Amino acid sequence: MTAPFTALTSRTVVLPAGNIDTDQIIPARFLTTTTRAGLGAHLFADWRYDEAGRPRPDFVLNRPESAGCRILVAGRNFGCGSSREHAPWALLDQGFRAVVSTEIADIFRNNSLKNGLVPVIVDEMTSDWLLAHPGAELTLDLAAATLTLPTGVAVRFPIEPFAQHCLLNGIDELGYLLSRGREIEAYERAR
Amino acid sequence: MAPEPRTLFEKVWRRHEVAAETAATPAVLYIDLHLIHEVTSPQAFTVLRERGLAVRRPDLTLATMDHSTPTHTAQVFGGAPITIESAARQIRELEQNCAQAGVELLGLRSEQRGIVHIIGPELGLTQPGKTIVCGDSHTSTHGAVGALAFGIGTTEVGHVLATQCLLQRKPRTLAVEVEGKLRDGVSAKDLILAIIGRLGVAGGTGHVIEYRGSTVRALDMDERMTVCNMSIEAGARAGMVAPDDTTYAYLAGRPRAPQGAAWERAVAEWRALPTDPDARFDRELRLDASQVEPMITWGTNPGMVVPVSGAIPDHQADAVYARALSYMGFEAGQPIRDRPVNVVFIGSCTNARLSDLRSAARLLRGRHIARGITMLVVPGSQQVKRQAEAEGLDRVFLEAGAEWRESGCSMCLGMNGDTVARGEYAVSTSNRNFEGRQGAGARTLLASPLTAAASAVRGRITDPRELL
Repeated sequence: MTAPFTALTSRTVVLPAGNIDTDQIIPARFLTTTTRAGLGAHLFADWRYDEAGRPRPDFVLNRPESAGCRILVAGRNFGCGSSREHAPWALLDQGFRAVVSTEIADIFRNNSLKNGLVPVIVDEMTSDWLLAHPGAELTLDLAAATLTLPTGVAVRFPIEPFAQHCLLNGIDELGYLLSRGREIEAYERAR
Repeated sequence: MAPEPRTLFEKVWRRHEVAAETAATPAVLYIDLHLIHEVTSPQAFTVLRERGLAVRRPDLTLATMDHSTPTHTAQVFGGAPITIESAARQIRELEQNCAQAGVELLGLRSEQRGIVHIIGPELGLTQPGKTIVCGDSHTSTHGAVGALAFGIGTTEVGHVLATQCLLQRKPRTLAVEVEGKLRDGVSAKDLILAIIGRLGVAGGTGHVIEYRGSTVRALDMDERMTVCNMSIEAGARAGMVAPDDTTYAYLAGRPRAPQGAAWERAVAEWRALPTDPDARFDRELRLDASQVEPMITWGTNPGMVVPVSGAIPDHQADAVYARALSYMGFEAGQPIRDRPVNVVFIGSCTNARLSDLRSAARLLRGRHIARGITMLVVPGSQQVKRQAEAEGLDRVFLEAGAEWRESGCSMCLGMNGDTVARGEYAVSTSNRNFEGRQGAGARTLLASPLTAAASAVRGRITDPRELL
């Protein structure tokens, strides 16, 4: 279903706040939709637009240098809170393909992996460097599970091997689960 | 040789492994109960349609609507139009999806409708030892009966609809041991807020929590649900309490619980679920319940919490704290008590069960809310609503000046138009005080039903013990 994840080189957008929850990524009032299309317009809506719906010029996503950036660097514990998959959908629709933080909440991480948004967990030192260098050009090598900084340092990041395999090869997890149908039937019979 | 001692979580997990995890592949985990609602299911049904797949086990799937549904009686029962057209569309789409797939739906006018995490236990569908999932992070609530219950995303909703299974890595375990007696005026909500204050909002990431100890054993089922509900606010996907006689007394006779001989067999099985004496947890946290006071959040995540008698902490060097203070319009070092309030919300999957409404009514009986306060009381289900009305609790709320609504998630997340205005302060019995959670620019302070009711009476943040 999903296209294989290829190498990614991009400048970063930095949101230094810690504990950015999925209500910030996309507020609940935008969840009364029945499709996954077009959610990028509402990404970080309450930070990005003023009360009249005009873009706030000081918000990072509204600045010209953010255009075309595909890597989001955020403070610790990104994506906590609600399980809404609309959060990774909105980030992907905006063009992001990877999120970098020292810690990424469980459900958001799962949802991201299932949609081709790579959750990259880095150590404090790397994170501090990235937060201090917005716009840095990084290369994400998913096969090697490394993030290469402009300094030439390649930082390894942990990634669940099955999700990595699926992303690299464009394998769809539902297809895999369906292929285990016999075992599921056997389990149901044995109960 | 004696069998290897196991935790409650491990026992439930192992019983549901269709295939155990390997280095290369996650476990295939069987799901006993899949709860769906209007907001996180439509895109999953679309995927099934696109791929020509049927719902594998409609009999293990139950749908209801709660998140974007109206709470005004005229809109639920009187035929008045639902104001938000996209919400009305979600409701219609769930009706169509369920009809096509053969999934039972407790629809808008069903007497058994309610917040998904309230109706599961209420119907007796939530049972010890089950695996339960829902496209909602507060699915952790169901762990109160000793089920393994956790929230999933919409892609995974599709996986469960199509295969009744999920691909999962086994989480680690965290024991939260609570000993001692909660003081009068201190509730399960205060206890879980105190626990989250200790763990922090990411302290439980990657873990399933088991709440243990004499304090937890002494909690009734509604209280255990309040505690398990907020496990996700500490980053844990699930919270569990071992089943015991309190659990069985709660479930006995409920419409979807096993009956007769099947009940006896089920209880016998459930008695084997609690954690074995020598089982080990990956981590432990201990807490003295007798030291817990009524708690309230002052910031923009549930870990930013202090006793109602306390002061807003001073960590201004920390950018996260500074931002939260600025959003809330508070100053470091200020007492939280007596801060003015605009809105009080009693509701949500955390605190909208009958005992929560009784608790709020205990304080409101014979009193009136302060001038200028808007107070919404939204029962967690239509059954809770009827039971509350049978006890006259609705009269207590109405006479106190509060609004009494139909059930739903309502002002917890404001999807249905029940929102808090920009800049206003809401004392809310819900679970999240994130920026804008209850409406763009709204400022939320999470507290127990008692603290919320006391604050409504005074129009200011109030320690409920002053009015008990």
